Amino acid sequence: MGLDQRVDDYVKRREHLKDMSDEALRDHFWGLVDRIVQPIIEEARTHTSPSIERSVLLRMGFSSIETKPIVNKMLEKGLLGHGAGLLVLELAQKKGISVREAGLGLMRDEYWEELP
Amino acid sequence: MEALDPNKKIDIREVLEDLDQYRPKRKGWAWRRPVKDHRVGPFVLRDTSEVLKNSVPLPSAHYFGHIDPQCDFVITTEIASGRFEDDIRRMRMAAWHGADHLMVIRTAGQSHFDGLIEGTPEGVGGIPISRKQVRATRKALDAIEEEVGRPINFHSYVSGVAGPEIAVMFAEEGVNGAHQDPQYNVLYRNINMHRSFVDAAEAKTVMKGAEILQIDGAHNANATAKEAWKVMPELLVQHAINCAFSRAAGMPRENIALSTVPPTAPPAPKLWLDLPYAIALRDLFEGYKFRAQQNTRYMEADTAEATITHVLDTLISRMTSADIQSTITPDEGRNVPWHYNNILGVNTARQTLMGLDGLSEMIELKKEGHVRSMVREIKERAVLFLEEILETGGYFAAVEKGHFVDSGYFPERQGDGIARETNGGVAANSIVKREPDYGAPVCSHFGENVYGRGQDKACEAYGGCTLCDPSKIQFIDELDEMDNVQKRLERPLVEKDAGLLRPEVEWAGDGIVCVTLFVPEETRLAEAAALRMAEKMGLGDPEVISRRLMHPSEGTLFEIKGVLDVAVQKDELTLPKKEEWLPDEELDAFIRGRSIHVVGATVGEDEHSVGMREILDIKHGGIEQYGFHCHYLGTSVPISKVLDAAQETDARAVLISTIITHNDVHRINMKRLNDLALERGIRDKVLLIAGGTQVSDEIAKSCGMDAGFGRGTKGRHVASFIVGKMMGRKNHPAE
Repeated sequence: MGLDQRVDDYVKRREHLKDMSDEALRDHFWGLVDRIVQPIIEEARTHTSPSIERSVLLRMGFSSIETKPIVNKMLEKGLLGHGAGLLVLELAQKKGISVREAGLGLMRDEYWEELP
Repeated sequence: MEALDPNKKIDIREVLEDLDQYRPKRKGWAWRRPVKDHRVGPFVLRDTSEVLKNSVPLPSAHYFGHIDPQCDFVITTEIASGRFEDDIRRMRMAAWHGADHLMVIRTAGQSHFDGLIEGTPEGVGGIPISRKQVRATRKALDAIEEEVGRPINFHSYVSGVAGPEIAVMFAEEGVNGAHQDPQYNVLYRNINMHRSFVDAAEAKTVMKGAEILQIDGAHNANATAKEAWKVMPELLVQHAINCAFSRAAGMPRENIALSTVPPTAPPAPKLWLDLPYAIALRDLFEGYKFRAQQNTRYMEADTAEATITHVLDTLISRMTSADIQSTITPDEGRNVPWHYNNILGVNTARQTLMGLDGLSEMIELKKEGHVRSMVREIKERAVLFLEEILETGGYFAAVEKGHFVDSGYFPERQGDGIARETNGGVAANSIVKREPDYGAPVCSHFGENVYGRGQDKACEAYGGCTLCDPSKIQFIDELDEMDNVQKRLERPLVEKDAGLLRPEVEWAGDGIVCVTLFVPEETRLAEAAALRMAEKMGLGDPEVISRRLMHPSEGTLFEIKGVLDVAVQKDELTLPKKEEWLPDEELDAFIRGRSIHVVGATVGEDEHSVGMREILDIKHGGIEQYGFHCHYLGTSVPISKVLDAAQETDARAVLISTIITHNDVHRINMKRLNDLALERGIRDKVLLIAGGTQVSDEIAKSCGMDAGFGRGTKGRHVASFIVGKMMGRKNHPAE
């Protein structure tokens, strides 16, 4: 695969670890892990995905067959960043209809012009 | 659904009835309830939990009053048949043998399915995880857990490109445990890494809300690495990344289980390598849960070899710690596991753990020497691995450069790791940045959200999400008219109603049987012969599933599977009478207080002594063990001598053995014994019992005996008959 090969240089590499106590080594281990995870969790905090948005609509009482076309269309229209759930709920509130009626309307290609 | 009756098969029609209305009885993971210094039968056990209401004890349990103590670890079995309607029966059998964590493998390809699968299509190497299959299975398990008297944890997988949706469906349907590890998606399913981690944070938050126990996917590195013991430093890294990521998503330590496998198998020095690794892991991950898996990496087709490796794996669990002892079916090295092999796997763990009860009160691991130095070295190598990830530019960059699943013992690198492109893979470029007004008005949501801030519930504005109000869950029944459970059940249900029975190993009436053949020839020739023999037995599609060389020219042992296309009509069968022997304790209690003499001999011109000795001798489990006074007269004893001895000792029973049947001499001997006893006026004082390979109760009685015993008779059967008669029981217990 053309990836790097390397002989075992553990003895040389461990110089800075060899005098650490077991506790210090454990703390160091978890400190490194936290630094690795931090940017990844930050990305998760600030991003969403089609599956996340479909899972939100599932929780709002839609079936898997209904969530898919709604989310796909929001993605196409560049609206998904607002959240599928927010768009459906705000539409329902604006029109004075139920959440399900709002979502099923979107499925039937209605109300799209009323979304932000 | 009505309560299950142990004497009745579970009714799949009842399981499927009104499924759209069914709600699970409980949610969340359940641990066993430990009992310290637990008195079970004649023993006090140390590492046990509450016993079951209904179970099948280990085979030897009848020597100890049929006890069935349960260990303190949850026991897992994995099921991959592809048909949930058959898995339900397998689960019930496994639960009766002590499994309380039932893990259903997903069908091949579900990871790449963008959304939920609905209905009940058939799977390959697992089931397509759909709401209907999950709900039906949970419904059956709700009944099964009542039957055995212990909560059963139902488990499957939250991975692939639809992780958050599957997590929500699991939370709604009462699934109790799930694999969730974004690294698995990235490394083994080539799903885009940004997508995998973004989805994982949401999935983990949903799982946390439903108290679903999470199991990670690190064990896959063991199963795929060329030399599994060399990936130990990386395994610590993979566990740590998933643990830290899960905690950052809000999951508490006690809901996070590490999936860990002792990496090696004999003839490798297993404990020398695997034990320090197990200790290093438990040192670093204190407070997390451990799901101890058994080794699959070095499994061959030989089920006995696999079982021994799995016993050693379980020993390591007991010597270190485990919360869940996962089991691997011993046939996984040869085929998709057969149901009875799930039971064998569960029993391997159960038997081993009961045998090891109290171990930690007797032994202690050395604090110095090999264990200590290897533990330290593995940890340091893992730290060096982490340092290099950061030097490379973080996790994504490290995966791109192939740091993971390299077969070198880190820092050694062989250059054969799995490399993935940061912006490649399935569902690449599919994450979307949240706008400042981003909102998700639901519970168990991760990250930026305008809803649910402060004290408000996120789903308040519309009366609650499905996690708060399950009546809002949309149930889809079937989407495919041809590929569904009703279609699959057509033949089995017709045959069931017609009273037909077929052998099976996986699915109702699959007809698969396994035969064991030793062929005394060199292997290639022997195998061809074995297959021909299987064909001559009438097996369709015979296939060798295991071959074990005994000697290059003296012969090889084969196991061959094939299809026996035979259905047996139940009502055409004649059943042998049910034997109801007295229990040992009752026999013992009756006989010890009395002085009961018994005379035994092989009669006529007959030198066979083995059968009679087995019935009498304490060494062979004979009736002496209960306290009978036995007078053994030897072989070729004349009938008159037998009765002389009976009169001298005031015997209550005379046992004669008669093996030779030439010219009906066995019948003649029995008749003579009866006639002579009548003649001497002692017939009503003494029980006359005959035994032998050609003797049956029927023949013996027709010759004037009180009872006859044939092949397979044990001392306890004869003892039970004698005591039963003395207690006034009217009939031979075999009647």
